Amino acid sequence: MNQFARLPGIGRKTALRLVLFLLKEKDHDVERFSNAFTRMKSNIKYCKECLNISEEELCGICRDTRRDRSLLCVVPDLRDVMAIENTHQYRGMYHILGGVINPIEGTGPQDLNILPLVERIEKAEVREVIMALPGTVEGETTTFFLFRRLKEYNLNFTTIARGIGVGDELEFADEVTLGRSIMQRIPYESSLAR
Amino acid sequence: MHIQSLDLYQFRNFRQLQVILSDHVNAFTGANGCGKTNLLDAVHYLSMCKSYFNPADSQNISYGENSFIINGTFILNDEEERISCSVRLNQRKIFKRNKKDYDRLSDHIGIFPTVMIAPADHVLVEGGSEERRRLLDMVISQYDHNYLRAGINYNRTLAQRNALLKQFQQTGRKDKSLLQIWDEQLISSGKIIYESRAAFMTEYIPLFNYYYALISDSAEQVEMVYESQLETHDFEQLLDLAFEKDCASTYTSTGIHKDDLLFRISGHPVKRFGSQGQQKTFLIAVKLAQFEYIMKKNNVKPILLLDDIFDKLDDHRVARLLGLVSADKFGQILLTDTSADRVKEIFRKINTPVKIFEVDKIPESTAASTPEF
Repeated sequence: MNQFARLPGIGRKTALRLVLFLLKEKDHDVERFSNAFTRMKSNIKYCKECLNISEEELCGICRDTRRDRSLLCVVPDLRDVMAIENTHQYRGMYHILGGVINPIEGTGPQDLNILPLVERIEKAEVREVIMALPGTVEGETTTFFLFRRLKEYNLNFTTIARGIGVGDELEFADEVTLGRSIMQRIPYESSLAR
Repeated sequence: MHIQSLDLYQFRNFRQLQVILSDHVNAFTGANGCGKTNLLDAVHYLSMCKSYFNPADSQNISYGENSFIINGTFILNDEEERISCSVRLNQRKIFKRNKKDYDRLSDHIGIFPTVMIAPADHVLVEGGSEERRRLLDMVISQYDHNYLRAGINYNRTLAQRNALLKQFQQTGRKDKSLLQIWDEQLISSGKIIYESRAAFMTEYIPLFNYYYALISDSAEQVEMVYESQLETHDFEQLLDLAFEKDCASTYTSTGIHKDDLLFRISGHPVKRFGSQGQQKTFLIAVKLAQFEYIMKKNNVKPILLLDDIFDKLDDHRVARLLGLVSADKFGQILLTDTSADRVKEIFRKINTPVKIFEVDKIPESTAASTPEF
C-alpha cells in the first residue's frame, strides 16, 4: 500500500482501494500486471538525442528523416512533446530539459539537460531554438538562463507566443495576457502564412 | 452609492435578521457582544468579498450551522443592485450580483467600495512594516491589476532567490551569475511596484495631511513618508552590492519588500511619541484619505464603516470628525457604539439626523424558510 501511495496523484485511500482490488484479482492477472512494470523499466530507454523515452537508441521523432533538423524546440518534459505533436503543426526536433530551474524544489541548471542541449547545438546544424516553457516565474527564468547561455552561438532564439486563445473573446481575457498580446502584436501578413 | 437593506442568515451571532438602512448616518448600539461589529463586517463582506476581521470564511458561520448568507440591496447610480454572498462549509464561496455568479471575486472589488475604521487598525502603527505595505497593496491593487500581478511575481521570485541563497550556503558554492537570472525578474517586477507606490503616495500624502489637520484642528504637526531603497538607488546595483551579505544571511536584504511608511508626529515616530488619541487620529486620517482617494479613482463615494469610533478620542475630536464625515462630501455612514444616548446626543449637537438600531432589541425574523439566494 505504501508503494502505491508514493505514486503522484495517489493518496492513502486510493492506494488502499487499489491494493484491495489487486487482492481480488486472479493470480495470473496480477502477475501480468507486475511483469508489465518490470518490462517497462528494463525496455524503455531515453533517446540519446532529445532525451524522450524510446525503446531504441533514438526515438521515433529523431529517427524521422523528413523532419527539419535546423529547428529545435526546448520543452520541460515529454508530456509537452506529446502536446505539441498533437497540434500537427510542428515538423522540427525537440529537446527535453527535464524540468525548469526551481531552487525551492532543489532544481538547478545542473539538474537539467542543458549540457546535452549545448552539445547538440555545437555539433548539429541548428538554426533556431524555440523555447516552449510555461509562463511562470520559473519558466521565464529558465528561458532567460538559456538565452544567456546560448548567446555566443549564431542562432535565432525565439519563444512561443503568449496571448489570446483561439476563439476567445477579448473582454474575457485577463489584463496581463491581453496587455502582452498588444505589446507583442504581429504583422497580419505573417499570421496568414501557413 | 449606499446600501438600502441588509439581510443576514446564520452569519456569526445572527440566525436571521433584516435591517433597512438610512442613506445617511446609521448607528448600531448595544451591549458588548450583541453583534454591532458583525453588522459592519457583513457590509464589508458584500463590498470586499471577505471579512475585515476574520480571514477564515467558515468561522463566520453561526455556531453549529454549516452555511451563511448575506444579502444586500445597494443603490448605485439610481439603480437597484442585489449583492449576495453565501458560504457553505468546504465549498467555494459564491458571490452574486443581481443573481449572476461572478467568475472572479476580484471583478467585484471596487464596485461598491467601503472604508472601515476599526480598533484593529492599530497594527498599522504598532505592527511591523508588512502591515503598512499591506495597506499600500490593498488600496493600489483595487484599481491597478498590473500591480497585483507584479506583486505575485515578485514574491515568487523572491522565494526562489532566497531558496537559491540557502543552497549556496549548504553547498558552499556561490554562483553569482545564477543568482543574477533571478535578479532580472526581481528587478522588472520590483520597478513596477515601486513606481506604482511612489505615484500613489504623491497623491495620497496631501490628502492625509489635509484630514489630519481637519480632525485635530491643526493641534500638532504630522508627517507620512514613503521609504524605499529604490528611491535613491538603482535596484540592480543594490542587489549587486548586497551579494556577500545576502549569501551570508541566505536572505534578500534589499528590494521593495523592505519598503515602509514612516508615521511621524512633530518629527518623532508616532508609535513611541504619539498618545493613544493622537495615534487614533493618525489612523483615522489614513482611512479618510483612503476614502477620498478611492472616491477619486472609482468615481463613487465609499460607504464609511466606523467601528467603536468614540473610544480614545476626546469630545472635541469626536465632534469634529463626525461633523466632517456627515458633510456632503461623504455619503452613507454605518457606526457602532455601546450607548444609544451618547450617539443621539452627539448628532443632536451637530444637527444631523441619525437612524439608531439598538441591536440587542431588534427582533430576529421568525420566518422559518431559508431566504432566497
